[in-house]
Amino acid sequence: MKLTGFLLSAAGWAIVVAALLLLPSAAFRVAFVLAGIGVQVLGLVLATLAHRVLDLERG
Amino acid sequence: MPLPSLSQSSATLCFVLILLVPLAGAGLALVNSGLGRSRSAAHMMMASLCVIGVTAVVYVAIGFSWQGVAGRPAHTLMIAGRPWNCIGAERFFLRGFPLDLSAESLIVLLQIFSLGLAAVIPLSAGSDRWRLGAACASSALLAAFIYPLFAHWVWGGGWLAQLGVNCGLGRGFVDGGGASTVQAVGGLSALSITWILGSRQGKFSTEGIPAAIPGHNAVLALMGCLIAWVGWLALNSAGALLFAGAGPSSVVLIALNTTLSAIGSGLTAAVVTRVRFGRPDASLTVNGWMGGLVASSAAAAFLKPAAAILVGMVAGFLVLSSIDLLEAGLAIDDPGGAVSVHAVAGIWGLLAVSLLSNAGSSGQWLAQVAGISTLLGFVLPLTYALNWLLNRLYPQRVNEEGERQGMDLYELGAGAYPEFVVHSDEFTQR
Repeated sequence: MKLTGFLLSAAGWAIVVAALLLLPSAAFRVAFVLAGIGVQVLGLVLATLAHRVLDLERG
Repeated sequence: MPLPSLSQSSATLCFVLILLVPLAGAGLALVNSGLGRSRSAAHMMMASLCVIGVTAVVYVAIGFSWQGVAGRPAHTLMIAGRPWNCIGAERFFLRGFPLDLSAESLIVLLQIFSLGLAAVIPLSAGSDRWRLGAACASSALLAAFIYPLFAHWVWGGGWLAQLGVNCGLGRGFVDGGGASTVQAVGGLSALSITWILGSRQGKFSTEGIPAAIPGHNAVLALMGCLIAWVGWLALNSAGALLFAGAGPSSVVLIALNTTLSAIGSGLTAAVVTRVRFGRPDASLTVNGWMGGLVASSAAAAFLKPAAAILVGMVAGFLVLSSIDLLEAGLAIDDPGGAVSVHAVAGIWGLLAVSLLSNAGSSGQWLAQVAGISTLLGFVLPLTYALNWLLNRLYPQRVNEEGERQGMDLYELGAGAYPEFVVHSDEFTQR
């Protein structure tokens, strides 16, 4: 879950960068950037929850 | 943003300002020490000194060669018909680099001090359990790879700075004083370190309920705030002169905005804790003050004074909420609040550039969001991965005996306060 979280976060960043560098239309750019940020947030939530579980198990 | 051409007097002013920047690191080290436990106080100061030294050496040796300076040699990629500057191409050990009073040389000096500040930030998150050698090794990774790469993208004419010219997004990613390159990078390193080290013994019950482990010296922490304030005034001013295109006449505005933001945030924290707990909480007010300084870093040159107060007040609320959420909600043991103060407030400061300042034009917010996305999607995973690898080769957390004795006795052989009785585990859950 931890690795998935970090991968999602990196994938979201890739979407943001690709949107800014490749898309000519401003509306598409905004939509894809926001989608990328959403993916990143999901990834960070996953990574955080994975660490919470691990840390509490470690005591 | 091309390199500014500084007159002799501007360069001298900039040089004097840069000489004051180490006070930011000194203040932060005092804050970290004061908010930590007495049995690790000397270790914290010792670690601060060591990581500042390690980062300076590693940065001069190899880090700067990746970072470079805008307008100097760099590697570029052609994407969609446009050149994107990816990484610096300087020589190791600053060979062939002008070290006079030019803007380039002033940038190198400022970077060494800024990087030292960034390296001190995670020490707070690893308080009471991060081995000295591991902290130095982790700082070396920060200085060799993470910081130079991201700083090149922001300050070295890299692709984030080019978003304005290449994509029409305002002025490109704007960060005058290092809210992203120094503060957020340091704060996200702190988050990686807390995840890798785990929480202190007894900090959380098996149900995840946190125990209060108060800082040992509020006077140190509050004194640290005042010293850091001076360093931040210099950092924000010098950074804006060298990286944000601000002129020497704007240093008064920058100093005023930095101060107002810190005051707005510190007072907000004091008032909120007074309302919540019946008395203002010194350690949270320290965090609020520092959060205000951090939040001011990106936009101090572009804000109006009223907006600077607002930036500070929002930073104060965010820092307090984030500290609560991380500790009580997510079981993240960050004794000095480094993640909240440096990462959360730093990111808010970056957003404030587009929301509250007169920097850039339409599309500026997209450039700022791209920078924040890079921090969360590239810098954080990279920092975590490098520290995870390091942890496999050289375990970063001290053993149980070291944690029981305290880092001072275990790693340094002497406590910070040898004539006092050192408290043991009375704050922790059994």
